[in-house]
Amino acid sequence: MTAFTNHFAFEFKTGLRNSTLLLMNYLFPLSFYALMGLVMTQINPLFKDSIIPAMIIFATMASTLLGLPGPLVESREAGIFRSFKINGVSALSILSIPTITTVFHALIVSTIIALTARPFFSGINPSNWGIFALLVLLTVFTFGAIGALIGVISTGTRSTVLWSQIIFLPSMLLGGLMMPLDMLPESVRAFSSLLPTTHAMQAMLGLAYGQQTVMDPLVSALILLASGLLAFGLAIYLFNWDTHNSARRGHPAMALLVLVPYLVGIFLK
Amino acid sequence: MNDVVISVKDFRKTYGDFVAVSRISFEVLRGEIFGLLGPNGAGKTSTLECLEGIRKPDGGSLRILNVDPSREAHKLHNLIGVQLQTSGLPADMTVDEAMKFFCAYHGVAAREDLLERLGLGQKRKSKYHELSTGQQRRLALALAVAHKPPVLFLDEPTAGLDVGSRTELHDLMQELKEQGTTIILATHDMAEAEKMTDRVAILLGGKIVTAGTPRELTATGSGFTKVSVRTEGSILHHNGFSFPAVNQKAIKEDYAIYFSTDPGPTVTAVLDYVAKQGDKLIDLRVERPSLEERFLEITHNGGAK
Repeated sequence: MTAFTNHFAFEFKTGLRNSTLLLMNYLFPLSFYALMGLVMTQINPLFKDSIIPAMIIFATMASTLLGLPGPLVESREAGIFRSFKINGVSALSILSIPTITTVFHALIVSTIIALTARPFFSGINPSNWGIFALLVLLTVFTFGAIGALIGVISTGTRSTVLWSQIIFLPSMLLGGLMMPLDMLPESVRAFSSLLPTTHAMQAMLGLAYGQQTVMDPLVSALILLASGLLAFGLAIYLFNWDTHNSARRGHPAMALLVLVPYLVGIFLK
Repeated sequence: MNDVVISVKDFRKTYGDFVAVSRISFEVLRGEIFGLLGPNGAGKTSTLECLEGIRKPDGGSLRILNVDPSREAHKLHNLIGVQLQTSGLPADMTVDEAMKFFCAYHGVAAREDLLERLGLGQKRKSKYHELSTGQQRRLALALAVAHKPPVLFLDEPTAGLDVGSRTELHDLMQELKEQGTTIILATHDMAEAEKMTDRVAILLGGKIVTAGTPRELTATGSGFTKVSVRTEGSILHHNGFSFPAVNQKAIKEDYAIYFSTDPGPTVTAVLDYVAKQGDKLIDLRVERPSLEERFLEITHNGGAK
């Protein structure tokens, strides 16, 4: 096996072996999906129209924002990255392989949700499965890149939780997962335009479901792509081997550049 | 045999205003075991980390087989093997996975023979966090030498090892040395340094305060050889007689201890005196100063030789 496949196989298995990662990758998103499928579809039958994209985005957020950054910080603090560097493991491999394996776990859960939502909860399938699959891949990539960036800039596990929750909680409430975007007040809608969740939902509903959306779904997809590429580029640039995470090529505040595509999107609207 | 493998010239490392290493220079030759000794904070780790390419130096030049660790890191990883003091492995990684993982990055086949030799054959399926401290250190060593690097860095390699593992490690180090591997050994264990190294450098406050073979270093110290004598009637305990070459006398438990600059005449005179006084010799020990004593002497004097 090559170094890449070996590394990939190990990281993938870690996503199942490690109890925290197993919880974030599978148990938490699938349990929440089952709960929402049972309860929310009864309270709000309109939720059936968006249960598939909403729960896929939720599962993606759980694995990438809540699962991915922590082990990156812990590995750096335990000197594992130093050891990797000495043995020729590049920064690109250190960041990209856990991100790719997290993406794989998220895609497995996404597939389970996409295949079970209709028979179990009368969920509505996308009208274009091909575009839907591409948008799921784009969403998972973007969130994976943001998760990697959080892991890179966090000074410790506490700040990892803080940064992750700053995106996760507003995304849950205002990102269009539980409540359609057009039901939000105008002022709150502007804030929700800064969230990747909002754009992922808008892109999926508009392009894969053919629904009327508040935002241009193509622009939303482009914003997601741009922010994903920017987040991963920044994660590589700001990556630091050092156990104390003190010296790096740029200030951690550079991570805020990831908001640029969202701000541009607000002006384009 | 005498070619320079590691060259350190005017090396300097600072952290903000704190000078961790101040313009030190040394060379290590092929097949040498070179000890880097010093108390905590002396600059050993900073020196090792810059040589290993983990940190960048703030001045001077570092070369490992003509490779600059800070600028040519991509060339370095197959030239060096590093046994780190801290874990350096993911907790959920098994012994087998670790060996395959690192060997794959070095482009060599997994060295199962090393796992057997270092007593980890039965632990292949065990995760890193399930291993004892000694097993973790043996695994770190196996991974460091698996790709047969020409230069090996060992940072406290025997910390936490039992006697058997320690002997096995020393045998392996000797074997690697005979095969031409250059080893830098950072240790607090002076007995180990004295036994294993060809040359040592003692660092204090970021400077090399002395360097040479362990024998040279002990010879340049106070120069006293300890002559410890125990007799049946303890005649020497009450004796004020001045023996030749003796600088100082002490009584410890049943022994009269003489610190001598020339142990031959001292021993002859002491034995002669004991016989003349009708006492009977039980034990006689002649000990040259150890590296540990020399180290303590240097570090307590703040580096004054």
